[in-house]
Amino acid sequence: MNVETMNSLLPLLILISPLIGFMINGVVLPLKLKGFAKTDPNVAGGFATFFIFLSFVMGCIAFSQLTGSTSENPAVYTYVFQWFDFGGLNIPFELRIDKLSGILVLIISGVGTLIHLYSTSYMHDEECVGRYFSYLNLFCFCMLLLVMGNNLPLLFFGWEGVGLCSYLLIGFWYTDTEKANAGKKAFVVNRVGDLGFLIGMFLLFRELGTLSLTEINTMLADPTVVARIMPSVTLICLALFVGATGKSAQIPLYVWLPDAMSGPTPVSALIHAATMVTAGVYMIARLNPLFELSPVALEVIAHVGAFTALFAGSIAIAQTDIKKVLAYSTVSQLGFMFLACGVGAYQTAVFHLMTHAFFKALLFLGSGSVIHACSGEQDMTKMGGLKKYLPHTHFTMLIGSLAISGIPFFSGFFSKDEILYSSIALPGGVSYLFLVGVLTAALTAIYTGRMMSLTFYSEERMSHDVKHHLHESPALMTFPLYVLAFLAAFGGFLGVPHLLGDYLGHMPHFLSHWLAPVVPAKHLPLVGVKMPLHEGVVMAGSSVIAIASFFGGVALFKKITFISDLVSGLAPVQKLLSNKYYIDELYGVIVVNPVKKISAFAAGIVDKYVVDGAVNGLGRGVRAVGSTLRAVQTGDLQTYGLMMLGGVLLVALFIFKVLV
Amino acid sequence: MTNELYIQLLAAFLFTMGVLVVLLRRDTIMVLMGIELLLNAANLSLVAFSKTNSMIDGQLQVLFVIALAAAESAVGLSILVNLYRNFGSIKTQNATTLKG
Repeated sequence: MNVETMNSLLPLLILISPLIGFMINGVVLPLKLKGFAKTDPNVAGGFATFFIFLSFVMGCIAFSQLTGSTSENPAVYTYVFQWFDFGGLNIPFELRIDKLSGILVLIISGVGTLIHLYSTSYMHDEECVGRYFSYLNLFCFCMLLLVMGNNLPLLFFGWEGVGLCSYLLIGFWYTDTEKANAGKKAFVVNRVGDLGFLIGMFLLFRELGTLSLTEINTMLADPTVVARIMPSVTLICLALFVGATGKSAQIPLYVWLPDAMSGPTPVSALIHAATMVTAGVYMIARLNPLFELSPVALEVIAHVGAFTALFAGSIAIAQTDIKKVLAYSTVSQLGFMFLACGVGAYQTAVFHLMTHAFFKALLFLGSGSVIHACSGEQDMTKMGGLKKYLPHTHFTMLIGSLAISGIPFFSGFFSKDEILYSSIALPGGVSYLFLVGVLTAALTAIYTGRMMSLTFYSEERMSHDVKHHLHESPALMTFPLYVLAFLAAFGGFLGVPHLLGDYLGHMPHFLSHWLAPVVPAKHLPLVGVKMPLHEGVVMAGSSVIAIASFFGGVALFKKITFISDLVSGLAPVQKLLSNKYYIDELYGVIVVNPVKKISAFAAGIVDKYVVDGAVNGLGRGVRAVGSTLRAVQTGDLQTYGLMMLGGVLLVALFIFKVLV
Repeated sequence: MTNELYIQLLAAFLFTMGVLVVLLRRDTIMVLMGIELLLNAANLSLVAFSKTNSMIDGQLQVLFVIALAAAESAVGLSILVNLYRNFGSIKTQNATTLKG
């Protein structure tokens, strides 16, 4: 393959820029002003936004270098320094922007900039905004490191970094115990996944002797290497996937993400749309030659993804908290991405990742705008009829909803349709996974319609005070909404499928061509000259389902809040769904309580009697020996003399034995 | 058995007596005398070895030991005087603190 690597400082500068913002807001200003609390929100927000925007600009320059290159697989590369070099382990600190990470860099810094901008207004009246913005910048830094790092330890460094930042940001309002606990939960659950990632990484190092991503992917092109690692490749892939389930909130490690909603709304947007949760998908796409080797692992990934998508989608439909709906929606959409990965359509997963970043960021920021307008109210049953009060928010959120529901020609339509089609057309596809996907797509449209209906269309249920304060958000918040709405509406045209592309005048599937050198597009056996019909049928069918579900959902929930309000027989199901299948309770019984019991045992019995006993016993023993020996220390000269004599005799005896 | 051996045995006997005196007698003056006995037992041994091996070194050592013994008894007796001032007696079992 024609590979071109351009040495340039750009990746380093892109990486460092948000770090500078972090240092300014996190260290310089607090030192100067003696405390976080005294930083002016506009100053803090301004710095933070500026530095992430700087990253975006430099990201665009790097991207244009990639497009300008004539070679097939260009990359912009920085070698910073040698990080590790001992015992055969050689890890350079190197950053690389190729066609895959380039897209991610643009999404992170671009959507990130909008979220920073929005935060400046949204968090204006909070205390300690300096702290908030420093974390936000640090988050972007870690995520950029994650996507640009050219070896697994660097990727893992960023991976842990976003975990830390999510903990800091979710628990931003740390004085509220529930919110602080949500932060802790995110942190702990992610650690479980990280263990899997680490194991996968170690196994990979044992098999290949390198951790560099480029080297791994080159080595896997060699049949002898492939034959060598074949026995353990399934294990490696599954271990890595465990890491991905933690970060990307898949079954069984998804429980942290809905709780993470207690953080500030822009944080949710950042975590859900542009950064952290997509890390798992990115990692699998990045290592696709490895995952290709293990059909078993891919099958597991596809099943977990599809099941998570359906599972979370069904929970979303029964939630009343606007942010929780979106949170479960994210879990569900990520399930879609893993389904795509699992059937081998990695470039489609990246495509959906991108469109999802646009519309989910839009929806979250929109919901933030709604919450802002309703004086902090998040319960949709206490909203309704907001359309006339919040026209801008309504308009942009409607676009986001249409996009996520897969209404034709909005961005989500293209990516979701491609996933559905891949899940049946690719060799790895299974028909029931396809059906699960279709069902989930319908569910997505219904709960999104429900959310829009409960918030904007149904009759007004606000309390008097809330209604009195209703106001459209300031321009600083609506501007990012409009930019994201534009992207959510038209972002899908980067990946127009063959069939439509032909009708629209040979519009190419830009994204999959672009990604081809890094993430090879699979040949779809059912597509092409012979049978364009299948693709058309799937597309038409999914459009019909999406439109019917979305508008059905909007119409249905104008009067009612839950489906069980209409069909009373569904009340138990409703209860099950709104309690999230009691999974948290189940985990409580299976995992949390036993751990608590063990801890209580350890603290009450083991620590008190065994550890304390050992420590105190040692002290008592020394004292006993001391008090016995004290009797000897009489100060009596002649006793000492006798002892000396004894010593002399012993030494004499020893010398005698040695010499004679 | 030769004369030399008898003399060495006598020295050993005197040394043992000295040790016993140092360890058993309560009176500090007696202890000092025990030490004199020890030193002189050693002197006797040195002189005998010197004679046996026809070398002058042992006898030279003895001169040094006698000089040291004289110095030691001068210092020892002055300590003894101080001891009496502080404790009101010269019995060894009374002087059990290191404080002056």
